[in-house]
Amino acid sequence: MKNNTVTMHERDMQKVSVNQRIGKIIALVLVYAFLIFMAIAVLFPFYWMLNSSLKSLDEYRQSVPTFWPKKVLFSNYATAFTKANLGRLFMNTLYVGLVSTILSLVITVLSAFAFARLEFKGKNVLFAALLATMMIPGELFTITNYITVSNFGWKNTYTVLIVPFLVSVFYIYLLRQNFLQIPNELYLAAKVDGTSDIKYLWKVMIPLSLPTLISITILKMMGAWNSYIWPRLVANDEAHQMITNGLRNAFTETTGDVNYPVQMAAVAIVSLPLFLVFVFLRKYIMKGVSRSGIKG
Amino acid sequence: MVESKQQWKAWLYLSPAIVLLLVFTVWPIINTVRMAFLEDYSGLEAIGGRVFTFGIGNFAKVIKYKSFLKCLKNTVLLCVPTVLVSSFLALLIAVCLNSIKPLQKLLQTIFFLPYVTNSIAIGMVFAAMFNIVGNLGTKGHDIIVTAGIINNIIEFFGGHAVNWINAGSTYAANMTVMIIYIVWNALPFKILILLGGLQSINKQYYDAARVDGTSRTRIFSRITVPLLSPMIAYVVITGFIGGFKEYTSIVGIFGESMGPVHDSGRLNTMVGFIYDSLSRNRQGRASAAALILFVIILIVTLINLQVSKKKVHY
Repeated sequence: MKNNTVTMHERDMQKVSVNQRIGKIIALVLVYAFLIFMAIAVLFPFYWMLNSSLKSLDEYRQSVPTFWPKKVLFSNYATAFTKANLGRLFMNTLYVGLVSTILSLVITVLSAFAFARLEFKGKNVLFAALLATMMIPGELFTITNYITVSNFGWKNTYTVLIVPFLVSVFYIYLLRQNFLQIPNELYLAAKVDGTSDIKYLWKVMIPLSLPTLISITILKMMGAWNSYIWPRLVANDEAHQMITNGLRNAFTETTGDVNYPVQMAAVAIVSLPLFLVFVFLRKYIMKGVSRSGIKG
Repeated sequence: MVESKQQWKAWLYLSPAIVLLLVFTVWPIINTVRMAFLEDYSGLEAIGGRVFTFGIGNFAKVIKYKSFLKCLKNTVLLCVPTVLVSSFLALLIAVCLNSIKPLQKLLQTIFFLPYVTNSIAIGMVFAAMFNIVGNLGTKGHDIIVTAGIINNIIEFFGGHAVNWINAGSTYAANMTVMIIYIVWNALPFKILILLGGLQSINKQYYDAARVDGTSRTRIFSRITVPLLSPMIAYVVITGFIGGFKEYTSIVGIFGESMGPVHDSGRLNTMVGFIYDSLSRNRQGRASAAALILFVIILIVTLINLQVSKKKVHY
């Protein structure tokens, strides 16, 4: 009798655990269904871009869309490349990106070093003032900067695309935090040995904060690649045009009867470098982004 | 001795940054405020020798301006729903991602992908997806029109095709497309932050709840959300700040006309208004609008901080 009740009880327990397990499985299926649905929604535009870019215009216009081109047409890419003058745009953007990244890194490293390691009057006030400027929306600066660069005679030069954005308070802040983690004793020891600041920076500080510097480099390059508003205002001539502006200008029509296969091929070409950065350097972007919230 | 040496060295190292900041950050703040308070200020006329009187006329004019009110309305209508929807979806996705093991890394990578894109370029892809495809018969060729892939999908599920962005499309349809695109664009950053927050929550809370037999929904509302609240607040605040500066995503889909063919400028935003005034050489008006934008962002941020002070558990 007693034995029986125990097994009854056990059976109840088993029933409960079976119910729980079924509930868990249903929940898991729902979770996966939701995530996979959202993942498809996220990926679909990329798929549609590639799919469309490989179709002929006639196939693209068919009343029933094909989900894979019947005849894969790579010639759209060649057409897009010449139509939007992408070669020139690539070179312009690469030049601006590289020069501004290098100069920006030098300025950022020197400033972060001063804030992290050196003692000087007004250091904290200055640093707080710098941080305060981060709250102001960039549009407020653009109005006056437009006048300033016009007065300098910088319109339609590379300078105008590089110089106004060399200093980023956020990058200085990021790198200063990193530098502060390196023990001060190392610096003092280096001083005793008669090592110069620059040598110490180069041999100790920079190698130790390399991940932050890589994050800054990637975000800065992506910034050049995605910049649109400022270049349109100040350097929209053919010789200095940046890639996003060139892309937008080459395909002004978005609705109606548009040759989308060629347009999508151009978009795919412009997206490719970003995609490669994503594949190989994702870790650094995620690290930089999660501390910034700044897009590009 | 060492102290004074450090003094001049520090200023030497800081000099490039300080010079650039003075020219491109500090001076603009002063000058933009100055231009905003000079009646009808225009850079061209200032060069011509015109003297402007001090006053708040720019602000009064901007606020009375019909096109400014339209831009403000568009900005708010794009900002509020996209921030709410994308924050909610991102939270849901992050919680789901955090609860699974197989495929977690792969899905996480996929969800981050839209972050690393060019918002003009992908805007063009969205325009292609929502566009009606084919020759509309304007050039005398055969008329082959399909409703576009999004409409094909809607029709597949039994719905009716919608004119999303073409000539004759409605404001509601245009806004829907914009909201979908902006949410798609905003998700990766939010998921990244929220998932990072979730992964740093101490597992002991969940173990304790499990021992007590707490239900899933209760665990979510009583443990996950409170402990994640600083991250949620961060994501919402940065979302609002970015949302009030919406501009390029609209250029991506509609081009610089900022609206469908029959009604250009329909979707213009605050930032768009500032640049329009600037290109018409109305720097006074542009500055006033920029200051209004700054104040709005400041107020929204302060309200957010106030709300989160009560709700956020640090």
